[in-house]
Amino acid sequence: MRTLRFRPCGNFKTRYREELAVFETDFGRLWAAAGLAALFVLTPWVTTPYLLYVVNLIGISAIAALGLNILVGYTGLISLGHGAFFGVGAYAAGILSVTYGVPFLVVVPLAGLATAVVGMVFGIPSGRLKGLYLTIATLAGQFIIEYVLVHWESVTGGTMGMTLPAPVLFGIPLAGDTMFFYAIYSTAVLMVFAAVNLMRTRFGRAFVAIRDNDRAAEGMGIPIFPYKLLSFAVSSFYAGVAGALWAYYMISITAEPFNLGLSVEYIAMVIIGGLGSISGAIFGTVFITLLNEGLRWVTDTIMNMGGVAGVELTLAPLREFVFGLAIVLFILFEPRGLAEVWRIIKSSFKLWPFSY
Amino acid sequence: MDFFVQLLINGVSIGFLYGLSAMGFVMIFKSSSVLNFAHGEILAFGAFLFLALATWAQLPIALAFVVTLAGAFVLGFVIERIFLRPLIGEPLIQVIMLTVGLAAMFKGGMLLLWGGNLYTYPEFLPEGLGIHWGIVQVPPVYVAAVLIGSLFLLMFGLFFKFSSQGIYMRSVADNQPAALSLGVHVRRVFALSWAIAAMVAGISGIVLGIINGINVHELSSIGLKVFPVVILGGLDSIGGAIIGGLIIGLLETFTGGYLSPSLRDIVPYIALVFILLVKPYGLFGLVEIERV
Repeated sequence: MRTLRFRPCGNFKTRYREELAVFETDFGRLWAAAGLAALFVLTPWVTTPYLLYVVNLIGISAIAALGLNILVGYTGLISLGHGAFFGVGAYAAGILSVTYGVPFLVVVPLAGLATAVVGMVFGIPSGRLKGLYLTIATLAGQFIIEYVLVHWESVTGGTMGMTLPAPVLFGIPLAGDTMFFYAIYSTAVLMVFAAVNLMRTRFGRAFVAIRDNDRAAEGMGIPIFPYKLLSFAVSSFYAGVAGALWAYYMISITAEPFNLGLSVEYIAMVIIGGLGSISGAIFGTVFITLLNEGLRWVTDTIMNMGGVAGVELTLAPLREFVFGLAIVLFILFEPRGLAEVWRIIKSSFKLWPFSY
Repeated sequence: MDFFVQLLINGVSIGFLYGLSAMGFVMIFKSSSVLNFAHGEILAFGAFLFLALATWAQLPIALAFVVTLAGAFVLGFVIERIFLRPLIGEPLIQVIMLTVGLAAMFKGGMLLLWGGNLYTYPEFLPEGLGIHWGIVQVPPVYVAAVLIGSLFLLMFGLFFKFSSQGIYMRSVADNQPAALSLGVHVRRVFALSWAIAAMVAGISGIVLGIINGINVHELSSIGLKVFPVVILGGLDSIGGAIIGGLIIGLLETFTGGYLSPSLRDIVPYIALVFILLVKPYGLFGLVEIERV
């Protein structure tokens, strides 16, 4: 039965279909459609070029963070190598487009697939390991990939990096922030759609079962090793697609940005946003990217004003400090992240004027 | 042959230092099951505190050393009290990420205070400490490193074996609920193990600083080198940390000497992956048995 309620004021679900529904009411669907329309039509017109650049960065990071949330939040496998996988995607895009001249539309999914294969290789230890030990294994993966990206000079260009050609989509050259905005956000919407629906399938439910108790999941007939590998593959696919878009957007790439710091940043996005929540990954990305850019703005302003006399204020350490502080504060005071904050806000609207 | 002996000596000394750095790490893991990603930063803090006391405050070296140890002890205690205690019983990822956040905070803070420059301690080791036996040439710093390391290893061995606090700590590591029911103050043990681990980290920071110079990036990266060491030795074995450190140190110097210098930094992690695949609980680690 179609319902056009604002919000149901309680849990009146009677069938599993309703429990699985993406939108509880048509109103929610309407909101989502309106939001998307506003995003696509309004954003390029109301933003300054710098702001649009930030919005684009958020879009790219959101794809990668979403992938990490599938691995960490839904399957319960903590990975500290996501930054390196992102780099693999970027380099795969570079190699495919520069060395083989593959067009943009084919490069992006292919880069995702290549990264998925690499991710599966580094997911093999998950057959025997979990928890702390797996985290350490992915940490090793991070360092090994970083090393390969720098030292495999014949393929990756070593420390010189690579320069990508300008992408062409359906005969239209993709140049400028606005064109990239549409490319990035179309991909992002597609990826969010895929992730939301993946979690409603048997695969998604198997991931959650493995997270909650892997032995019990195995006892109930879920082959855990293939599913863990699949989770690694899906997560790396997301990272690879994001990396490929990033490489095209940045034009030239080096191995430098894909370090442990980036991996930690992605984990922070997932934690601050909320583990095991699609919207959480997006909230977390927005938060971290705005934090980064905000700090840059603050330090720049202070520098331009002449700064505090005698104190040389440098960006990187301050950024690192505030970044660490944000992670620590979130874990101590709101461990379920921004998604939980959002849920509390929504439910207080729903229950108004009665607080629980 | 000269080259081989030199590499052997370097490998053993560096490995010994890795082992010493890993010891504090293992101590925390053993008592409270926390994987401490901020270990390298605590280590760097010790090195910088000593630097500040020895050069800017102009304290005598011995006094500066003692004050540094006390400072690191307090730091460990404070970290446990403020940040880790609210997280007892929380999921693994929260605890791991908290230490990652702490690491970023400390690193950023230290970079703000001292910048990314390389500092060195004033010369205070007597030249006669070096060993010169034909082809065996050991610089004084390495001798000092091994001496200080062995001294503290012995002291901690005695502490764990005979003192009541040490026995409490071992009991908590062995079986936490049983220790709790026998009246051991488990929270105090957690605090104490963080404090002692920070102190050990401070010592290794100073010794590493003497050898390589003091730099925030260099010293905090040791905190990541600790992972291959502890995995090889077993995450919960203090003796294993030393042996793992020696093996990783030798592996690193021999790869650097004979294969390629750039491979040197990555070879511990390659070894790490293989160890995890073949023997996940390391050489001396306790094999966990899990029941649904």
